[in-house]
Amino acid sequence: MRLCLLPAAVLILLLFVAPLVIVCAYSLLSRGAYGGVGLPWSAESYTRLFDPLYASIFVRSFVVAAISTALCLLLGFPLALFISRSGRRKNLYLALVILPFWTSFLVRTYAWMFLLRDTGLVNTLLLSLGIIREPLPLLYNYGAVIVGLVYGYLPFMVLPIYATIERIDRSVIEAAADLGAKPWTILTQIVVPLCAPGIAAGSVLVFIPSLGAYLTPDLLGGGKTILVGNLIQNQFTTARDWPFGSAVSLLLMALVMVLLLLIARRNQEGLL
Amino acid sequence: MKRALSLYAAAIYLFLHLPLAVLAVFSFNSSRFTVWEGFSPRWYQAVFRDPHLAEAALNSLIIAFTATAAGTVIGTLCAYGLWKQKTGLLPNFIKSTLYLSLVTPEIVMGVSLLAFYQWVFRFLDVQLGMHTVVLAHVMFSIAYVVVVALARLRTLDPSLEEAALDLGATEWVAFRKVTLPQLMPGVAAAALLAFTISIDDYVITSLVAGVDSETLPMVIYAMARRGGSPLVNAVSSLIAVILGVMIVASERLRRSS
Repeated sequence: MRLCLLPAAVLILLLFVAPLVIVCAYSLLSRGAYGGVGLPWSAESYTRLFDPLYASIFVRSFVVAAISTALCLLLGFPLALFISRSGRRKNLYLALVILPFWTSFLVRTYAWMFLLRDTGLVNTLLLSLGIIREPLPLLYNYGAVIVGLVYGYLPFMVLPIYATIERIDRSVIEAAADLGAKPWTILTQIVVPLCAPGIAAGSVLVFIPSLGAYLTPDLLGGGKTILVGNLIQNQFTTARDWPFGSAVSLLLMALVMVLLLLIARRNQEGLL
Repeated sequence: MKRALSLYAAAIYLFLHLPLAVLAVFSFNSSRFTVWEGFSPRWYQAVFRDPHLAEAALNSLIIAFTATAAGTVIGTLCAYGLWKQKTGLLPNFIKSTLYLSLVTPEIVMGVSLLAFYQWVFRFLDVQLGMHTVVLAHVMFSIAYVVVVALARLRTLDPSLEEAALDLGATEWVAFRKVTLPQLMPGVAAAALLAFTISIDDYVITSLVAGVDSETLPMVIYAMARRGGSPLVNAVSSLIAVILGVMIVASERLRRSS
């Protein structure tokens, strides 16, 4: 039966572990004369991470990811609560959250470009209604990127919160109601604290992909919003500085792993 | 409060579904501009007549079918192995690396594969192309296949297979005749999921693709990056509908028992 695991193990070693090892090695080499990498070994790529220019990109990515996560929580918690209280329609409402998530991330991001661009639907409508005279600059800014991230990753917030709400013992809530607690008090004093593991898991699950996002900031930011993902892509393509790109990638991976460790203890079951 | 919650939820559902719905409606607009001028299938006709899109779609299909076939077989075997052997060095290694692969930012996975390929090419006379894209897709799809197949396996009764073994079946026969038939809906669901992920991927694909392996997402991305067009509206709507149907089918299979 050991043979069953072998193909997957070889694949993972070759195409996941080995590439990460290569990136580790590249991050410690120097930039080659014609792109690529070369000797001597050097830690310069890591010291450059502290350059204010690059440090500020990390800070900005953190802020964008934090705002996206907060907005997802603001939208996701009430939605999870709504779904858990909708009786027989639960599965339908849940499916309506998950379905758009799996239908082409690229297409869904493009849909926002169609809405927000200068000649897009929102501007056209506002112009024809006479509310504005000039098209509003809705696209190619951080606002558009955040909208795209929230839109893309909202299901990651809703699902874990929904799972924890569903596990709450109904009798606890009934007891509070019998003792005269108002619905708002029950929500803030009982439901929210009992959902804390779900809220934490959801927040990390939204924060991680937002932090490393590339497609959303590139399309909705139009090259005007440089986040960590764009920086990495740029170093491996246009700038051709693979050692520095590798160092940035590893720092991002390290941040992701630290965030995961934060919720790992709360979330023992897991998918695998 | 209940009423307010329902209204709030309705607004969020609009936020989730309106953008795609609006895009789909306007893909049938006869005008080139965002003003509704009447129903017309002209952009869809243009999509099917575009040789560039056709070539990219063919590439995407070849890559998705190959990667899905390989990823489903490897992933299903892996899930079965993990189900039989829950602890040990190899299962733990596979579980933790697959978990890590699920949370690795796509851009990091893409550039690390690119760096790896370029390093390997120093010793082999190969270049980036369809094969490098297929390998990358197999890699990132197996984690999803394992998750779906393992979830299905956990609903099965292991004693059935043990009974088959007691009655003299070999391990392979017991797997093929007893476990695999029960696992089949899970395998099909996993395959559909892997296919949709493969056919939609842009970030990793664009980094490891060669000149001969431009995929549909790459073409759409390039067009979208230039601001988009009614042609993009049409081809995007088409993709969203096809993937949507596949995902609903995958969910149905996953839930069937």
